[in-house]
Amino acid sequence: MTATNVVAAAVAQTGGSGTGRLTGLRAAFRSPRLIVGTSIVGFFVLLAIFGPFFFSNPNALSNTELAGPSLKHLLGTTQIGQDVFAQLVVSARNSLLIGVGAGLLATVVSIIVGISGGYAGGIIDEALNLFSNVVLVIPTLPLVIIIIADVKSNGLVPLIVIIAFTSWAAAARVLRAQTLSVRNREYVLAARASGERAWRIVFVEIMPNELPIIVSNFIFGVIFAILTQAALAFIGLGDPTLLTWGNMLSLAYDNQALSVGAWWWLIPPGLCIALLGMGLALINFSLDQLLNPRLRVYRPAKARRGRAQVSQG
Amino acid sequence: MRYVLRKLGFYLVAAWAALTINFALPQLIPGNPVEALIGRMAQSGGAPPGEAKVLTSLLGLGTGNIFEKYWQYVDGLAHFRLGLSVTNFPTPVSTEIGQSIYWTLILVGTATVVSFVLGIGLGALAGWKRGSKLDAIIPATTLLTAMPYFWLALLFVYVFASNVWHVLPQGQGYDTNSELNVGWNLPFLASAVQHAILPALTIVVSSVGGWLLGMRNMMVSTLSDDYVVAAEAKGLRQRRIMIGYAARNAVLPSISGFAISLGFIVSGAIATEYVFSYPGLGEKLVQAVISDDYPLMQGIFLVITFAVLGANMIVDLLHGFIDPRTRLSR
Repeated sequence: MTATNVVAAAVAQTGGSGTGRLTGLRAAFRSPRLIVGTSIVGFFVLLAIFGPFFFSNPNALSNTELAGPSLKHLLGTTQIGQDVFAQLVVSARNSLLIGVGAGLLATVVSIIVGISGGYAGGIIDEALNLFSNVVLVIPTLPLVIIIIADVKSNGLVPLIVIIAFTSWAAAARVLRAQTLSVRNREYVLAARASGERAWRIVFVEIMPNELPIIVSNFIFGVIFAILTQAALAFIGLGDPTLLTWGNMLSLAYDNQALSVGAWWWLIPPGLCIALLGMGLALINFSLDQLLNPRLRVYRPAKARRGRAQVSQG
Repeated sequence: MRYVLRKLGFYLVAAWAALTINFALPQLIPGNPVEALIGRMAQSGGAPPGEAKVLTSLLGLGTGNIFEKYWQYVDGLAHFRLGLSVTNFPTPVSTEIGQSIYWTLILVGTATVVSFVLGIGLGALAGWKRGSKLDAIIPATTLLTAMPYFWLALLFVYVFASNVWHVLPQGQGYDTNSELNVGWNLPFLASAVQHAILPALTIVVSSVGGWLLGMRNMMVSTLSDDYVVAAEAKGLRQRRIMIGYAARNAVLPSISGFAISLGFIVSGAIATEYVFSYPGLGEKLVQAVISDDYPLMQGIFLVITFAVLGANMIVDLLHGFIDPRTRLSR
């Protein structure tokens, strides 16, 4: 996934010219990918905001243990009779919170390191670039695992901070490359000549022009954070008092949901993560198409192709 | 030559950074970990003399000021003193790692190569036939990429190894119940391959989408380059244009993106190994974390990181060899 991000961004840099941008824009907004993507993400966001209000106690016990889906328990029950559906809905909020929080923080770091470095140039740029490249090649999950094992804190906020500070590097590298190509354009030179301060040039002149890349990085950051949290929780490093999709999977696995065949407990949390991730990735995908005119496919058979995509999406 | 030196320099810095992180992190462990560890070792037979000293320097807790501590730590690593495992006391950490590293190397290595080749091949084809039915499948691969590795592993176990069809073994690296000799003999190898199918399938299925998408996009933008148009105008055969002209150039960013993806695949393999109780490094790391086995944990982190760095360095050097532009421009 991260690989796609970088490769796609590399592609985005090579295709520069903005010919046919308006028609492209219209097509991009109508693209079934974007519609499907925003619908899925919108659904989960609403679920995360309003869903938990309907379930006051998702951990409430009952006497129906490990029962399959029924009208009373839409997605069955756990080994101690908790309602899986209620847990799923309440988990949406925490999972999204971790994703958005870590994604935002990582984006901020990547902007500071990537754009400032690219704009400053010289030794500062060399140093920051070396720094991001080093962070990039050190595998993230093992690093996060030993940080959490050593620090011994896995609450919501520490988790967000740890995930963010280990996952900003790919975004910073892409932003730096883009900044290098933008920093000598006329409007930046004009701003510099008229005596604007460096921070203003970086945040007011350059950053808005890189917004699509920043948004795309943020979206990948969200997916990455949710996946990382899920993996951490699954291998037993999550905060057990926090209800997230990853923790649900971890509990299900630890309580032999697999051997008793409790699919209603195992499948939904993972499916939610995968669907949300797919929705976000689809948004990014259409963003890419919009950013990079060379990726658009001009074919007379366009209408037919559009239908084929709807039917399979 | 300058390119090679520059790359070597970079990986030296990266390796040093990994070492230093590994030195700094254990300082954050609350309480006195060495006393706690020695205490637990004493319960299972008593720590050998000098173990306290090794542990102290290993966890970056040595004596004196921070530079002296650092020196003791580096000195210990240079002599491969990784301490003793606490859970399997008194096995040295290096032995523990040696036992499991081959499992991971073979499993993750094979799966990565299969996934890369498959993804690049399909991606090139999808980009070549852009707008076709094959190309329309591409958005579906995003679902694969967004799946948690371990969840896919759970699904595979559910379908192929327990409830639906019990056709494949559920866990472990080989059949531990029957009496097999671990080594190069046919029954053992057959059992090992059979046990590796599901973990490998998990890694391939969840990592192939990234390669596919990157290659497809790069292929589409390469196809509009002048030299491809020129090749078409010359009347070259389609196959030759696709493979020799377009795909050959389109694959370059995927190769340089290998670095990031490899780290991702290795990370995914940790949770996958845990699901299958596969006797590799990932499973061992998880067990070490669960039982607070700091020496083993730090050792495995170093080995995994160095392995990823090494693989990247090789790919990077190859990249300079394949693509002369990177050599000249840098």
